[in-house]
Amino acid sequence: MASPSLMDTLFQRTLDDIIKGLRHQQAGESAFISKVVEEIRREIKSTDLHTKSIALQKLTYLNSIYFIDMSWAAFHAIECISSPNFSHKKVGYLAISMSFNESTSVILLITNQLRKDLKSNNEFEVSLALDCLSRIGTADLCRDLTPEVFTLLSSSKVFVRKKAIGVVLRVFGKYPDAVRVCFKRLVECLDGTDPQIVSAVVGVFCELASKDPRSYLPLAPEFYRILVDSRNNWVLIKVLKIFAKLAPLEPRLAKRVVEPICEHMRRTGAKSLMFECIRTVVTSFTDYESAVKLSVAKIRDFLVDDDPNLKYLGLHALSIIAPNHLWAVLENKEVVIKSLSDDDPNVKLESLRLVVAMVSESNVVEICRVLVNYSLKSDPEFCNEILGSILSKCCQNVYEIIVDFDWYVSLLGEMSRIPHCQKGEEIENQLIDIGMRVKDVRPELVRVGRDLLIDPALLGNSFLHRILSAAAWVCGEYVEFSRKPVELVEALLQPRTSLLPPSIRTVYIQSAFKILIFCLHSYLLQRENIADDMASEMLGLKSQGECSGSSALVAGKAPARQEQDEGFNPRDSNKSYEDLSIINEGDVSALLEKGFTHESIVNLLNLIELALGPLSGSPDVEVQERSKNVLGFVDLIKQEISNGFVSERASKIIDMVHDAFTEELGPVSVNAQEKVPIPDGLMLKESLADLDAICGNVQLPSSISFSMGSPFGESVGASVSIPQSKEESEPSSESTSLLAEHRKRHGLYYLPSEKNETLANDYPPANDPKSSDNTNDDAQDLVKLADKSLLPKRRSNHAKPRPVVVKLDEGDVVPFIAKKSDTRDDLLSDAVRDILLGNVAKTASSQSIISDKSSSKRKGKEKLNVDLPESREILGVEKPDLGNPSSRRSKHRSHGKEKSRKSPEKKNSDEIGDGEKEKQKSRHRHGRHKTKQRAEGPLNVAAQTPVIPDFLL
Amino acid sequence: MGIRFILMVNKQGQTRLAQYYEWLTLEERRALEGEIVRKCLARTEQQCSFVEHRNYKIVYRRYASLFFLVGVDNDENELAILEFIHLLVETMDRHFGNVCELDIMFHLEKAHFMLEEMVMNGCVVETSKSNILAPIQLMDKTS
Repeated sequence: MASPSLMDTLFQRTLDDIIKGLRHQQAGESAFISKVVEEIRREIKSTDLHTKSIALQKLTYLNSIYFIDMSWAAFHAIECISSPNFSHKKVGYLAISMSFNESTSVILLITNQLRKDLKSNNEFEVSLALDCLSRIGTADLCRDLTPEVFTLLSSSKVFVRKKAIGVVLRVFGKYPDAVRVCFKRLVECLDGTDPQIVSAVVGVFCELASKDPRSYLPLAPEFYRILVDSRNNWVLIKVLKIFAKLAPLEPRLAKRVVEPICEHMRRTGAKSLMFECIRTVVTSFTDYESAVKLSVAKIRDFLVDDDPNLKYLGLHALSIIAPNHLWAVLENKEVVIKSLSDDDPNVKLESLRLVVAMVSESNVVEICRVLVNYSLKSDPEFCNEILGSILSKCCQNVYEIIVDFDWYVSLLGEMSRIPHCQKGEEIENQLIDIGMRVKDVRPELVRVGRDLLIDPALLGNSFLHRILSAAAWVCGEYVEFSRKPVELVEALLQPRTSLLPPSIRTVYIQSAFKILIFCLHSYLLQRENIADDMASEMLGLKSQGECSGSSALVAGKAPARQEQDEGFNPRDSNKSYEDLSIINEGDVSALLEKGFTHESIVNLLNLIELALGPLSGSPDVEVQERSKNVLGFVDLIKQEISNGFVSERASKIIDMVHDAFTEELGPVSVNAQEKVPIPDGLMLKESLADLDAICGNVQLPSSISFSMGSPFGESVGASVSIPQSKEESEPSSESTSLLAEHRKRHGLYYLPSEKNETLANDYPPANDPKSSDNTNDDAQDLVKLADKSLLPKRRSNHAKPRPVVVKLDEGDVVPFIAKKSDTRDDLLSDAVRDILLGNVAKTASSQSIISDKSSSKRKGKEKLNVDLPESREILGVEKPDLGNPSSRRSKHRSHGKEKSRKSPEKKNSDEIGDGEKEKQKSRHRHGRHKTKQRAEGPLNVAAQTPVIPDFLL
Repeated sequence: MGIRFILMVNKQGQTRLAQYYEWLTLEERRALEGEIVRKCLARTEQQCSFVEHRNYKIVYRRYASLFFLVGVDNDENELAILEFIHLLVETMDRHFGNVCELDIMFHLEKAHFMLEEMVMNGCVVETSKSNILAPIQLMDKTS
């Protein structure tokens, strides 16, 4: 089709035309674009490369700015790069770098063209190909083109060599075996005098070292030289980053490097370099006091600077150093606290972190008070940040810093009422957790729960539903501490509970049931006592033991007492209500025994019946079932106590249910289930797929919980770290009373509260932010407070001793899931270590090494064992370790410990004498990596020594 | 990878240049750019130039009507990235002479070229203006 092509060429719109056209389109932009894309689709098929490349150029433009798909043009892009014309090539390469990825099917078609361009004499063509490879290189491309890249690494043109170095990072990442070919040349570039080359190669090493620093320890001398000699801030920053990674691995290296870093800090005027020095010191050199002091002084300069960037970075640096040197934060507390009311949310966040870091047992009450006041005035987002950090700080290590739990529980209640509060889940968990762990706080907990439950306004806020659910559970579980259980039932059954999601309504119903049982039981006890009194009055003797034991007697005498009850009741209730107002929290039980009359019980039963009646037709099965249960029970009891007479059957039932509910619930270790032996014949591993087939056509809403046995369930189970088997093996009778515990551990079983919709709320908001105070006052307060309470003095004596907090021996610690690095990284670091530590001599003949790589590795390991005793003797604790990255990593963590244990031995070895041991030490310093190299024989050791000059010693 | 992406966005929130150093699909790109524009363009002069976003940081700077936004890893040096942005602007300034949004719109390819000279695999490889511009000027001369 020559003629349309010619027409296209003549009248083809250029990219500039398109851009101009787009600028003039106000509304119909997308119509214009689709028209242009249509044109492009036609033009790009042209045999004329010029037309094609312009079409491709336009498409690339639309792709990068207007998100137009261009994957369909992949083949045309490949055609363009094979053009001899540089400008076509340029367009093609740009299109390829923008649009190709691992899944592009035609990507391998460019291998040959890339190879051709990499070998080209035109350095710009080489550069295009290198840029392209660095953006889209896949494992296959990188493997195929490694020889070309290797050649270019020693190109005489700096322009090309620099880019080849840049590409190496991608090649290593995709095809680790390339290390065996290219690494030596890369290391040589470090020695180069050309600043461009050094800058590029340091950047590459910085990236490599950030993934696996240990492998690059042997190159420390090169980096040290650059650190001392270079005056290029870009390079220095990268080198500092490398040392921040290397120093923690090798204390002697840190000792050597810390002084030059301080020197840079004193000398430099560049803030970026200064900040990098500061960050390096506060992350990796926290043991060097003078360096830390110097950087804290520099941080202070940042903090008082007007530039918000510097202020932010200063705060950021403080928060890095806070765990090790809290004094640095305390020294700057005024600035930190003032920043809490900064304009910038980032600055506010950083300073919040620092304020929270300052919290300790002695000042937690004051700081939390001020923070809560702050949160009332903050925007919703920051408000929740504040609440979140209070919550997470306070529950650290099983509420380590909390002494006064009554205070903390009422703080939780107060936080729930903050208008912006969205931390429902966290507060819910903590309320229940504290209830189970801390016995002494339960009365206060019930009081807080009651206050939350009786407030109808709170029901309108869907963020609070989970808190309300916890409050309902607490009130039901610990109802014996409540002053007015009936009031609780009223609160739990108020009409506005219809705003709750079904999952939480079930908790409400269950709690109401528990309270009802409690009331009935108290009523029974009370009757018994009265009967006792009556009996003793009548008989004129006090024989408690006899009467309390004889329930038959009580039951038998009940009708006789009926008339007298009437006489008792008014007096009785009057007395109890007087008591209510003055009575202490301490003798609740005394009060409760008097609180119920036959009438009040009947009223209670009627109330429950009235409120739950409509729910027995609820579409939610849980709600329906529970309310039906309760209604059935109420029905039964009502019949049994119809005219003030409590039948024996009823009292027995009540006693039984009451006994079931009074069972104490304790916190359960996350690992508890693992300790339970699996009963014989219980197949946990067996797939429940059959079950699906059986239940296939019965779509129960509750089927979600059954599907837990499926593979999907397994992944969820792993995160909760309780085996799913718990569900099946748990006795069903327990499950109701374990509801809240269950809810806590298995949040996923319950419907999440609907967060997006806010229900119409006729009630005034629960809490209006106090507008009278202003933030500055608070800042002042906090500064004053900090002055007071941040002083090292401890509070002389607490008002009351810290209550017992139940802790589990293990399982309170969230299981740490070790992060596994992917195999590619391992391959890469293995390869690097091989090159640096052993096979240097062999790199040239890469092929052979790659082929018998595995065997040589094995050999290395065998020989390692032979060498092992020697190196261990001198290094004390450090064990050589090869290959296994996870063991290496775990060693990092324990490094500090090792050091301290090591120190006496180290002294010894230092005394042994420098001269003769020097060589040996230089080897052992990197014993872990060099074992392999030593395994190669003494010849190699000699070759290796120059890499690690004396400065390390 | 130090630098993950470089964006140039005008104050209306339209992307003028987008360079990614890791592969994102069009949908991911659209979502990312939308989020970033919403987050960064609303900030005031008094606020700092660093924004935490997802699991990385955005360092940005405004020049006239154009925002330069660079997404970097968390341990990247923020101030150095600011200097990098400035270097980029100076380089374009030298080439275009008083660079403005239109220059970048009409010479997007050149802008990409400059970036390719400066950054490879997310690492800054070249910081000398004349080195960055040399190949471009040569190409201009020949074409």
